[in-house]
Amino acid sequence: MNAEIRPIRTPAEQALIAELGGLPAGTDRLADLRRAAARSFEEHGLPHRRVEEWKYTDLRTLMRDAVPVAGTAAVAEADARARALREVEVRRIVVANGAVVPELSDLAGLEEGLTITTLAGAIASGDEVLSRIGGILPGRYDAALALNTALAKDGVVLTVAPGVSIARPIHVAHVFAGDAAAASYARSLVVVGAGAKLTYVESFEGPEAIAYQANSATEFVVGDEAHLDVVRLQQDGGSAFHLSTILFDVGRHAQVHAFTFATGASVARTSLYATLSGDASHVGFNGAALLKGRQHSDSTLFVDHQVPGCESRELFKTVLDDSSRGVFQGKIVVRQAAQKTDGRMMSRALLLGEDAEMDNKPELEIFADDVACGHGATCGDIDEELLFYLRARGIPLKEAQSLLVQAFVGEAIETVEHDGLREALVEQAEAWLKARG
Amino acid sequence: MPAVQETVDQVRSIDVDQYKYGFFTEIESEKAPKGLTEDTIRFISAKKDEPEWMLEWRLEAFRRWQTMREPEWARVSYPPIAYQELYYYSAPKRKTALSIDDIDPEILKTYEKLGIPLRERDALLGIESGGAKVAVDAVFDSVSVATTFKEELAKAGVIFMPISEAIREYPDLVRKYLGSVVPVTDNFFATLNSAVFSDGSFVYVPKGVRCPMELSTYFRINERNTGQFERTLIIADEGAYVSYLEGCTAPQRDENQLHAAVVELVALADAEIKYSTVQNWYPGDSQGKGGIFNFVTKRGDCRGDRSKISWTQVETGSAITWKYPSCILRGDNSQGEFYSIAISNGRQQVDSGTKMIHLGKNTSSRIISKGIAAGYSDNTYRGLVSAHRKATNARNFTNCDSLLIGDKCGAHTVPYIESKNSSAHFEHEATTSKISEDQLFYCRQRGLDPEEATALIVNGFVKDVLQQLPMEFAVEAQKLIAVSLEGSVG
Amino acid sequence: MAMLDIDNLHAKIDGDEGQEILKGLSLKVNPGEVHAIMGPNGSGKSTLSYILAGKEDYEVTDGSVTLDGEDLLEMEIDERAAKGVFLAFQYPVEVPGVATMTFLRSALNAQRKKRGEAEISTPDFLRLVRDKAANLGISQDMLRRGVNVGFSGGEKKRAEILQMAILEPKLCILDETDSGLDIDALKVVSEGVNALRSPDRAMIVITHYQRLLNHIVPDFVHVMHKGRIVRSGGKELALELEANGYAEYQQDAA
Repeated sequence: MNAEIRPIRTPAEQALIAELGGLPAGTDRLADLRRAAARSFEEHGLPHRRVEEWKYTDLRTLMRDAVPVAGTAAVAEADARARALREVEVRRIVVANGAVVPELSDLAGLEEGLTITTLAGAIASGDEVLSRIGGILPGRYDAALALNTALAKDGVVLTVAPGVSIARPIHVAHVFAGDAAAASYARSLVVVGAGAKLTYVESFEGPEAIAYQANSATEFVVGDEAHLDVVRLQQDGGSAFHLSTILFDVGRHAQVHAFTFATGASVARTSLYATLSGDASHVGFNGAALLKGRQHSDSTLFVDHQVPGCESRELFKTVLDDSSRGVFQGKIVVRQAAQKTDGRMMSRALLLGEDAEMDNKPELEIFADDVACGHGATCGDIDEELLFYLRARGIPLKEAQSLLVQAFVGEAIETVEHDGLREALVEQAEAWLKARG
Repeated sequence: MPAVQETVDQVRSIDVDQYKYGFFTEIESEKAPKGLTEDTIRFISAKKDEPEWMLEWRLEAFRRWQTMREPEWARVSYPPIAYQELYYYSAPKRKTALSIDDIDPEILKTYEKLGIPLRERDALLGIESGGAKVAVDAVFDSVSVATTFKEELAKAGVIFMPISEAIREYPDLVRKYLGSVVPVTDNFFATLNSAVFSDGSFVYVPKGVRCPMELSTYFRINERNTGQFERTLIIADEGAYVSYLEGCTAPQRDENQLHAAVVELVALADAEIKYSTVQNWYPGDSQGKGGIFNFVTKRGDCRGDRSKISWTQVETGSAITWKYPSCILRGDNSQGEFYSIAISNGRQQVDSGTKMIHLGKNTSSRIISKGIAAGYSDNTYRGLVSAHRKATNARNFTNCDSLLIGDKCGAHTVPYIESKNSSAHFEHEATTSKISEDQLFYCRQRGLDPEEATALIVNGFVKDVLQQLPMEFAVEAQKLIAVSLEGSVG
Repeated sequence: MAMLDIDNLHAKIDGDEGQEILKGLSLKVNPGEVHAIMGPNGSGKSTLSYILAGKEDYEVTDGSVTLDGEDLLEMEIDERAAKGVFLAFQYPVEVPGVATMTFLRSALNAQRKKRGEAEISTPDFLRLVRDKAANLGISQDMLRRGVNVGFSGGEKKRAEILQMAILEPKLCILDETDSGLDIDALKVVSEGVNALRSPDRAMIVITHYQRLLNHIVPDFVHVMHKGRIVRSGGKELALELEANGYAEYQQDAA
């Protein structure tokens, strides 16, 4: 067929391509990866609504301008910005403007079997763990990931040795610090050895009024029989652009749960790619997004069952106030070899604002016959009958609404196993509702 | 899992070569020269003795079509279609029949073979239709060869005739509605159809009239290398009701044949249109050779308040199906329905579904889709449900279930659910599974062989949709399902 | 010649490396006889019923089973049904969308066809079902619903007996038919079964409890344990088991 006709490059694309032109030379694997990513970005550019996976989040339109890459953050400001989950007992690592801040990171007294280093450090020392970066492929061009691969210079590189169980959650707090719009890129790698156990937390914060662009990507390599819990808290500033990618490669009999709680950013897109490459694993990818004003939040999942006997569960809840827009796209692929797959996906949206908009696109792509797969999607406003029932019992309207919204997102938050983190998320949801008034 | 293995083996030995309607009728025909140019369109228009505005309409479509590209988003793949190698017009050589007795006896025989009684005499006796009267318009290649019960329908004020006649006899009606639901520029295949359509059915049911019988069109592609581009336009005026049935078959041929139809439905206030299809175009042989490319645009416009349009389809044929019968729910309190059974076997590829576009207040829609994939086929449900800003209290319920028979086929579900109105409530659920071994064992323990057991379970699986079909069609559809699966498990 | 002759039957789960579930089971059943097979959970009772019906999850590793001298194990599931083997399931499956009436008729005609008999006419069939259903307290509404869909536990068991009455098998295997039944339902089901007792028909009643055997009185009682029949006797054996439980056999096992 005809070659795709490339529209004229937008100013943002031009600026980004210029940025990519300044890639450091090098002959190592990482340098090759960066160049390949840069080339694919130059070829495809920012995705637009005719690119199926970005149908509802047209980056060409939404990302008008590219901003310069952020410089080093002031430690004091970074410290002041990293407010999330202070009340939870965790090992904290602060990543400000895409770079690990050693002064704010708790890297002493690591548990036996746990190693944490920085991407920049690993590059400098030629650490062999680098060979795993870029090891999980999304199977399709992803502009956000390509930019991250090309431009990220730092992030967290963490490994848990086989059989080791790390009780204290690791919390990587991403913050943006500065008073002018800039872009940050952070790339992290988490390797959980066979039979190991880890809880990993990511949070994202920044100033409310600055239109910074935060691009992060984290790869999780989960060994056989390992157990990984991921909790993510996206509270970027209300003018910010949040692009994040999380990728999982899941070994046999492993258990992986990830939960993303999103209330921040002006435009947010989180892409999750999971490759189930070892049989009989169990994964659960859940999330809740609470949106208001003109926020735009997109959760896109791609779960690829390549081997038999795996179970995947997804539950996403979106609450939309004012004229916010929520997007959920979830695709379960079951390859021919993946017999006995059990996959279920559910997306529910509650539209509180009259001008709110929800776009749901759950997808099944199935090539194995002995499977039980399904998905569901609902959207609508609060159930009038429930509301009436509560009010008939004397609960005022606003309070009744709050209770019902709380219950609605609660069902998803419930899936977080760690008590402290779960309670913190419940509080965040309450705070959001309170602020709504 | 020996039982699974057995089923798989049976699927492997699948034989869609058993297509029952694959014969070819030897009749002389008159064709337009091969290929597509403005001259072809002028030829067709002249053959039909069309007014100037119709020719202009076609030419405009043709010019537009030349700038368009074939859509590629559907999950189907096929070799490029050589549009200049096709014939765009083919008509049986005998003059258009004035009465049923003037029809070429060979064509009559063809329809008899297909089980379509053209003779009113037979129809009146209730042959083949269990007593109910069905008026039939038979389209053979590019022209309508017979329309039955014309007089009786005329008494009720119902117009049912080939669209080529309607263009001459009721130009105002045709001009008002043609292209008003599927615009000339809608999509590649619809635009092509607008340029070259040769015939099809036209129905107008006047205000307050309940059409006294089921209307039916039977499409038959006979000629080699001939595209069929029929155009159907059905208008139910205020408070009217009509139920319309459509059936299709084609001879068995090694090369692919193109079918690009457009169906437009208009329901004015309080009107209801029920449109049922049993699509059994030749699917190609078990190796994927031959078969119809079925690229069809069907859309209904619930233009008036409280109007209702219901699509029911049983899709068992065609090498490739690309088809999304849709409803535009424009009128307040209007309703749309889509009930579908899509069975694919051999190398068939199906990409089908619906669009429910909620524009008016209190509009509701319901989608029940049952897909069954066997052999090496791919079966995709693709659907859109959307509520626009003003679609207060819109409601949709969607249920898509897929069944896989064997591990060489694929079943896919791609729904788009878009709501711009907070009071719109949409509910969607989809499942994919295989026939349960426990159910098969249970049925076989009671004495059913694997094929009977599978057919029985599949019939149960699709029951919600079969119930929507008029009785005579439901029986035909049920048989067709068994025949389609005969290859897959026998 | 016995109607059913099970000789030294060994079987395990197909593809499973593990242990045999049946380890040399032998049993002869003659026309007109009712045999009860009792035993503790996990003794292999249900496995026996599935193997007789031809469920493909099991592999017979040794021994033989004949029905009227023919090798039963060589026959397809539906062939066995046509030869007169009927299994009343412990957990009858639901077949949504297929009306019970349609199902019964399809099954009956499929069996008749295999036996070279003519299909039953619609009026005859309707009469047959109406009569038998009334005796079992099965409503027309239940017959119109999908097979076993939305039936209570008791309704499912009654529906199984109705199928048995209509298909008129030669050998009835009742797998834990009493499970999940209250005393009234148990009576209805037992009466249904007893009405089918005849000199030409044999029955194997599999049960954990003696309770059912008060209603369906067996000619022979067998105790099954660890894949084998370890004791056989008359109906009084059931009473003994009721009094002493299976402890004796479980101790053996320990």
